Amino acid sequence: MTSENTTIDNAVTVRNVHKNYGDVQALENMSLDFPRGQLTSLLGPSGCGKTTLLKIIAGLLPATSGEIMVNGTPVSGPGPDRAFVFQDFALLPWADVMRNVAFGLELRGVAKSEREAVAEKYIANVGLAGFERSFPHELSGGMRQRVGLARALSVDSQVLLMDEPFSAVDEQTRRKFQEDLLALVKNENKTFIFVTHSIEEAVYVSDQIAILLPRPSRVSEIIKPSGFRHKSADGIRRDPEYLDIVDNIWASLRSYVE
Amino acid sequence: MILFGYRLPGMSSLLLWGALWEIVGQLEVTFFLPPLSAIFVTLLEISTTKVFIKALADTGYAFFVGTLSAIIIGIPVGILMGKNRLIDEMLLPWVNMFLSAPLTALVPVLMVLFGFGLKAIIITTALFAIWIIVLNARAGVLQINRSLVEMAHSFGASPSDAFFKIYFWAALPEILGGVRIGFIRAVKGVIIGQLLISIVGFGALFELYSANFLMKHFWAVLLVLFTLAFIIAEFLAHLERRVAYYASRRAA
Repeated sequence: MTSENTTIDNAVTVRNVHKNYGDVQALENMSLDFPRGQLTSLLGPSGCGKTTLLKIIAGLLPATSGEIMVNGTPVSGPGPDRAFVFQDFALLPWADVMRNVAFGLELRGVAKSEREAVAEKYIANVGLAGFERSFPHELSGGMRQRVGLARALSVDSQVLLMDEPFSAVDEQTRRKFQEDLLALVKNENKTFIFVTHSIEEAVYVSDQIAILLPRPSRVSEIIKPSGFRHKSADGIRRDPEYLDIVDNIWASLRSYVE
Repeated sequence: MILFGYRLPGMSSLLLWGALWEIVGQLEVTFFLPPLSAIFVTLLEISTTKVFIKALADTGYAFFVGTLSAIIIGIPVGILMGKNRLIDEMLLPWVNMFLSAPLTALVPVLMVLFGFGLKAIIITTALFAIWIIVLNARAGVLQINRSLVEMAHSFGASPSDAFFKIYFWAALPEILGGVRIGFIRAVKGVIIGQLLISIVGFGALFELYSANFLMKHFWAVLLVLFTLAFIIAEFLAHLERRVAYYASRRAA
């Protein structure tokens, strides 16, 4: 389960990345591959540096040393090849759903009619048709994150970076999101990098799970669930392999949880 | 407020105080306080005179040019202070000092620097208004949700995009609060300027009426000033309420 396949086409590669905050070492010699068209989860206890790694890949934080490549090009900052979905949604409270979803395109200088046509399509895709003129404070947490997701999709980046995107929504909405995410990975030909602290969530949605451990921060294990990907959304949660992987991950993480 | 089961309209207390003023005025307790009705009659009389209209125009001009410059300079400076640590460290002590400084004491210096005319009055007005505008814009930027800044950055926002599309709007509730208080302080600034620098506008009227014990006239001008300041403050408070819905929901 932990083998590394070098023949796979990687959309994102992380090589020997270090990150220090003053004397504190946040990431130590981190290397990871993210296969194209798949969803890779970064899973680990708090303080393992998973969000730090995601923000370095996004270009929002500079690495102290090491290299990030996206489609073979080194990362030196944010770029149109990556889009970010934020844990707290990061919507403009003074703008309606339409402007929020189109905001990524607006910043890229796309003309208003054009970007609103694109935004309209993705608003409908995430199930928010009819809410184009609503404001974020009029929406539930789950709907707000759908807006955040539509914004990331509408810039049509090849890589989608998701920072604990479902952690601020309620449990039932979250389950629905996870099922929708599976469909999204299948239908959109994009590479997903997904940070979560939920073991079940990671196993449920991922093609590949990177277990990160803290002090010093490192990749301890890479798990590739394979047996239940073809199953239905309901079938996965009762699959023996799914349950075994969840148990194994918990066994290896339990000693790191205070 | 609800009294004996009736909902009283806003500012009903003003009516009560007005009635009390009228009674004390009619009792002729002191020459300093003529009846309110007499003051209104005087107000009607002088409000059509050339002197009054010229004073209103002079004061209004100095007031609006002064506050407008304070807003145009104050808001960007405050936003920059909130964004940039270095600029903040450089400017914050000065802003705090001038906010609490007795600016009236500075007016003679301004007269030496800028002469005895309109320019010095406008600068005095701006100096009264600007510091609270700067501080509030700064405070508004400091509590911006970091995610919004990261979001703009991650979608490739240029510095000017970030400034006009994120920082300004995110800080708008605080900025409007600062502008409202700045306007109120500017009323003081323009009158002090007109009293100390060159005797023009409402300042000249105050000087004239109080020196001649024309209390009805004095109060009439004061009422006009109070009403104008009140209308501006209420208008800005109304704008503030319109954006207040997201002041408390910045995490959205």
